[in-house]
Amino acid sequence: MTLTQKLFGAAATVALTAGTATADPAILFDLGGKFDKSFNESAYNGAQRWADETGGSYAEVEIQSDAQREQAIRRFAESGANPIVMAGFSWATPLGEVAADYPDTKFTIIDMVVDAPNVRSVVFNEHEGSYLVGMMAAMASETDTVSFVGGMDIPLIRNFACGYAQGALAANPDVTVIANMTGTTPAAWNDPVKGSELTLAQISQGSDVVYAAAGGTGVGVLQTAADSDIYSIGVDSNQNYLHPGSVLTSMLKRVDNAVYESFTAGDAVETGFNVMGLNNGGVGYAVDENNEALITADMQTALDDAEAKIISGEIAVHNYNSDETCPAYDF
Amino acid sequence: MDAMPKWADVILIPVISILLAAILSALVILAIGENPWAALKLMVDGALGSTYGWGYTIYYATNFIFTGLAVALASQAKLFNIGGEGQALLGGLGVAIVCLYVPWPHWTLALLGAAAAAALFGAAWAAIPAFLQAKRGSHIVITTIMFNFIAAALLNYFLIGALKAPGMEPATAKFPEPTHLPSFQDMFNFGDTTFFRGAPANVTFFVAIAACVFVWALVWRTRLGYEIRSFGESESAAKYAGINPTKIIMVTMLISGALAGMMAINNVQGEAERLVLNAAEGAGFIGIAVALMGRNHPFGVLLAALLFGFLYQGGAELALWTSIPRELIIVIQALVILFTGALDNMVRMPLARLFLSLRRA
Repeated sequence: MTLTQKLFGAAATVALTAGTATADPAILFDLGGKFDKSFNESAYNGAQRWADETGGSYAEVEIQSDAQREQAIRRFAESGANPIVMAGFSWATPLGEVAADYPDTKFTIIDMVVDAPNVRSVVFNEHEGSYLVGMMAAMASETDTVSFVGGMDIPLIRNFACGYAQGALAANPDVTVIANMTGTTPAAWNDPVKGSELTLAQISQGSDVVYAAAGGTGVGVLQTAADSDIYSIGVDSNQNYLHPGSVLTSMLKRVDNAVYESFTAGDAVETGFNVMGLNNGGVGYAVDENNEALITADMQTALDDAEAKIISGEIAVHNYNSDETCPAYDF
Repeated sequence: MDAMPKWADVILIPVISILLAAILSALVILAIGENPWAALKLMVDGALGSTYGWGYTIYYATNFIFTGLAVALASQAKLFNIGGEGQALLGGLGVAIVCLYVPWPHWTLALLGAAAAAALFGAAWAAIPAFLQAKRGSHIVITTIMFNFIAAALLNYFLIGALKAPGMEPATAKFPEPTHLPSFQDMFNFGDTTFFRGAPANVTFFVAIAACVFVWALVWRTRLGYEIRSFGESESAAKYAGINPTKIIMVTMLISGALAGMMAINNVQGEAERLVLNAAEGAGFIGIAVALMGRNHPFGVLLAALLFGFLYQGGAELALWTSIPRELIIVIQALVILFTGALDNMVRMPLARLFLSLRRA
């Protein structure tokens, strides 16, 4: 066989396999892997909920390297998967390049905006949910000092901290807010030991409520808070069950809902810019049997009031991403 | 090594090693309840069954050729350069600086400029461990591996500081259009049928082939190559023959580092077209296995690099179309590295004994 023959034969094989198209949806997880107890796992839960309810099946991939991002999107698009959902802001660059090549495929990207006619961009109003847990923190604190441990120092995470500080100051103008970031690289998402150290440092500065928005690093923050008998606040998924009595609440970011909605809509998924906030259940805080005793009636009244006012627009929580400044905290 | 005929050394041992790794991998896949035959078929189809698959296989192989050559050349002087990862990262830094700040008129010039910068940065990174080895006797294995970590930290520093593009990712801005290298898709486009559609293989592959020829000519056809090999065989004999060990260590490591650094024109300029964190993604370490398996010969390195390119691309296909978790795909890749690289003697010694007894008989 000559080389050209081989090449043509190969091209024919591709044409044949492309014929076996499926209309199953697909989900692409970020480098953290699907069982990270946080962001990716929440996305996985949404996909799994869809599969359980509809009996459908979906394609999924956990990539091993950045070079595989574009490859994964292209392969799923060519196999006919629709819609293709990807979790994490790092997908934006490859998706921006690939989306135009597959005009009939719908894409959903979570946590970042890609401006293309067949892309649905889902971003969350993390500052709104963080505002509420910030209020809760300030009301629960006896030392009038609350703190924040972030993962990687990026605008997304500063937005969590900024909303938290605004909420805390709204509930108690005398409160002191301390914020620390774990690091400046993706390794900061999975460094529970450093998270624990930062928490101890914040406790020594008087903090008695700590909010972790740090992926896997948060596990160390919550553990240290429980060991030191102070309150902690979890993030993304409901983490109340991790240390009942110590975890005051969890700021929920319903990545699972975003995935679930895209999967349910199928190839009719509405494209464009989509904000998930307090008004449409995109963010919120978790109350369950593990923490209901910690939330007093005063707190509940104040929280319900603030929530209604944020939804009606009476309280405008500043979004750090809009201008990269924060009125309540100086980074 | 004379116990075996050359063909057994070059072909039989690698083939047996790969078969052993394949059998163990099959058992692993079986143990988690998947079909090993279907998995193998998927890997072969995905990596070699289409020009698209070849495009990825060749892209990965190009990385491994550069890092494999770097290790192979250093090994000729019995220097174990395991700093290919760091040298490739620094090469990426050189490529990024040259592509971002020099207004290149055409990709050919940009390729030359970026290759020079990548080689320079890679060589500079190898120069410090080389100097410490030559002058202070600090062991090159220890220093080169430590320099990998320093390189990663240095890259972090630049990507969150001076070179960072606006946005959330620690990455540089996209390189300007004239620096983009033609991919195989651009080169092999004959009207109706598009070959290598969307695959990242690019013109750098031919640079890698040229590098293979260069290393072969350098080692076996030049005086310097003779000196490098003599030094590797016996340092004291080389000294007695008037060969300067300091010079040989420095020159060998500089060329080795330059080769590893040049990997960056493939992954940074050719594929990503920007510099991201951890851009080398372990190719520097794969280079060690590639050189071991290729018997430190450029042609062997080329073949071994293609095999590892196949494993990488095949592994990606497994991840896409089966529920084999990615950790197990790494296990399969590691088994091949283990058998071909680290457990070489396990196959070699019984085989050598077998050939010896055959000869006596």
